Amino acid sequence: MTRPSLNSETSADGVYLRVSGDLLTQTLSSVEQSFAAYKPDDSNLIIDLSGIQALDTSGAWVVADLAHRAKLAGAEVRFQGALPAYSDLIETVTRNIPEDPESEDTSRSFADWIESLGKRTAGGWKDTLSMLEFLGMTLHRLMRTLMMPRRLRGAALVSQMEETGFRAIPIVALMGFLIGVVLAFQGATQLKQFGAEIFVVELISISVLRELGILLTAIIVAGRSGSAFTASIGSMKVQEEIDAMRTLGLDPIEVLVIPRVMALLVMLPILGFIANMAALIGGGLMSWIDLGVSPGMFATRLKENTGIWQFAIGMIKAPFFALVIGVIACWQALQVKGSAQSVGQRTTASVVQSIFMVIALDALFSIFFSVMGV
Amino acid sequence: MDGTLPQHSQKADTQREAVIRVRNLTNQFGPQIVHQNLDLDVWRGEVLGIVGGSGTGKSVLLRTIVGLNKPAAGSIEVLGVDVVNGPEQERRQIEQRWGVAFQDGALFSSLTVLQNIMAPLREHTGLSESLMCALGNLKISLVGLPQFSCGKFPSELSGGMRKRAALARALALDPEIVFLDEPTAGLDPIGAAAYDDLIGELQHALGLTVFMVTHDLDSLYAICDRIAVLAEKRVLVEGPIEEMTKVDHPWVQEYFTGPRARAAQEKGLGR
Repeated sequence: MTRPSLNSETSADGVYLRVSGDLLTQTLSSVEQSFAAYKPDDSNLIIDLSGIQALDTSGAWVVADLAHRAKLAGAEVRFQGALPAYSDLIETVTRNIPEDPESEDTSRSFADWIESLGKRTAGGWKDTLSMLEFLGMTLHRLMRTLMMPRRLRGAALVSQMEETGFRAIPIVALMGFLIGVVLAFQGATQLKQFGAEIFVVELISISVLRELGILLTAIIVAGRSGSAFTASIGSMKVQEEIDAMRTLGLDPIEVLVIPRVMALLVMLPILGFIANMAALIGGGLMSWIDLGVSPGMFATRLKENTGIWQFAIGMIKAPFFALVIGVIACWQALQVKGSAQSVGQRTTASVVQSIFMVIALDALFSIFFSVMGV
Repeated sequence: MDGTLPQHSQKADTQREAVIRVRNLTNQFGPQIVHQNLDLDVWRGEVLGIVGGSGTGKSVLLRTIVGLNKPAAGSIEVLGVDVVNGPEQERRQIEQRWGVAFQDGALFSSLTVLQNIMAPLREHTGLSESLMCALGNLKISLVGLPQFSCGKFPSELSGGMRKRAALARALALDPEIVFLDEPTAGLDPIGAAAYDDLIGELQHALGLTVFMVTHDLDSLYAICDRIAVLAEKRVLVEGPIEEMTKVDHPWVQEYFTGPRARAAQEKGLGR
C-alpha cells in the first residue's frame, strides 16, 4: 500500500491541492491531520485526484469534507483528474454528508451530575413504591393460588423446588458444617482461658440455631437462586416472552413468579434446617476433638440448656427471607429493558438488594424478639 | 501465452476474478449432513443470491464462509486466503475485508447505533475520534437512516432500522465483500424495495461483492446478478435468474414459476 499524501501549491488563480496514494480507511490515519488542518479560504480551489491509487468511502469523505468546507468558505471547488469510479464515489459521499452530524456526547458538567442525582433519587422512590406494589400483587396471587389449588402450576413448582432446594443441599450442608467447626474452634480457644469449655455447646447451638444457620442459608440462596430467577425471567423479558404471555391471557406473575416464590417458601426452611443440623454436627465433632466434649454430653447439654425457642426463632424467619429473595429477584427481572446488559445489571442489583434486605430484616427480627423477651 | 486463445474468453477471465472459492465443502452436525461436496464461486463485483428450501443450509454456508462454523471437509478461499486452515494472522486480516449483516442485526445492545458503527473503526484503525464519528455518521446516512437514530440503542429501533444499522456496521471498514443474511425478511414491501435499491446503489458506488441469502423473489429479480440454488446438499444450479425457469428440477420449477415468482418477474422487468 502506498501512503497517501496531500500537497498544496498557491498560485495566482487559486490553490492547487494534490491528493495521491491509497486513500483508504486503513491508511487514512497518516494524512488525517493534514486534511483536518487545511483551512480553506475563498480563493479558488483545484483538487487534483489523478494521483489516487485506491479510494473507499472514508477516503472519499475526507476529500468531500474538504471540498464542502471550502465551499462554505466561499471558494469555487473543482476536481481534476479523478477516475470515473472515484468521482462517482465522491459524489455519492457528498450527497450523504450529514447536515448536522451527531457527536458522541461524553462531556459531563456539574449540572448533569446534579440532574442524574435527582433522577436517581426520584427513581429510587418510584422503585420502592413499584416493588411494594409487586409484593402486594404477589401476595394476592399467592393467596388466590392457595384458595384455588387448581390454579397451581405443579410441574413448574416441583422443578423450581428441585432447582432452588434439592440441588442446593450439598453446598448448604457443607457451609453449615464449616460454620459449626469454625465456631467450636474459635469458641474453644476463648472459653479455655477461663475453664468454661463446656459452654461451647451453648455458643454453637444458640448462635447457629437462632441466627447464623438461617441467615447464611438465605444469603447462599439469594446468590444462587435469586440471580437465576432474575436472569431467566429477565431474558424472557428481553425476548418479549412476557408480552407474549400477556397477550395469550397468561398472568406472568401466576405463571413465573408464584412457582418460584412458593418453591423458596417451602425449600428455604428445609435448607435452613439442614444447615442447622450440619452446623451442630460440625460443632459437636470439633468440640469432641478439640475439647473432649463427647457427643453424648453435647446432646444432653443441648437438650437441657437450649430451649426449643432458639430453634423456632430461627425457623420463623425463614419464610420471610424466602419471600424477600423471591419478590426482589422477580421484580428486578421484570424491570429489565431491552438489552442483554440490562439483564446483567438487574441480576447484580437483585443479589445485592436481596442480601441486604435479608440482613436488614434479620436485624429487625433480632430487635423484635429481644423486646418480646424470647 | 499462445495466440489461439479467443479474445473474449481472456477478457471474461480477467473480469471474473473469484473472490470466494468453495471446493468440496462438507458440513455435518452429528449424523445430519448439511452440505456434501459443495462447490461455489463468487465473482468480484457481483450480487449473488443464495436460495433454497428451509433447512438446506443457506445460513450454515454463510457462517462457514465467514469462519463461524468449521467445516467437516473441503476448502474455502476468500480473496485468495484459505479461511479454513490458513494461518491465524492471515485470517484475522481477511476479516477486516468483509462485512456481515446478520438476520436480526446482531447489533451490540449496550452501544448506540453510532457506537456500534464506530466499534470496528476503533478496533482496527488509528483514526481520530472526530473522524471516526464523522465516518459513522456518513455510514448512517449512506444506508438511509435518519440522523436522530445515531444516539439510539438497538432496542429502541424498529426491525427495518435495525437491519439498516447492521448494514452500516458491516460497511464500517469499507469491506470488499458484504454478506447479508435474509436482508429483507420481515420488512414491508416498500421498505424491502428501498433496501434492494440501497444495496444495488451501494454495490455500484463502492464496487462491492454481495453474498446474499434471501427468499425475497423481488430482491432476486431486482438486484441479483446471479443465483445459486442450494438443494440435495450442494449447489444444484447457478446462473442468472432468467435461466432458473428452464431448470428441470421440481423444487426449482415450483420456486421460480409459482404465482409469486411470476408477479416478481413482472415487477422486476418493469423496473
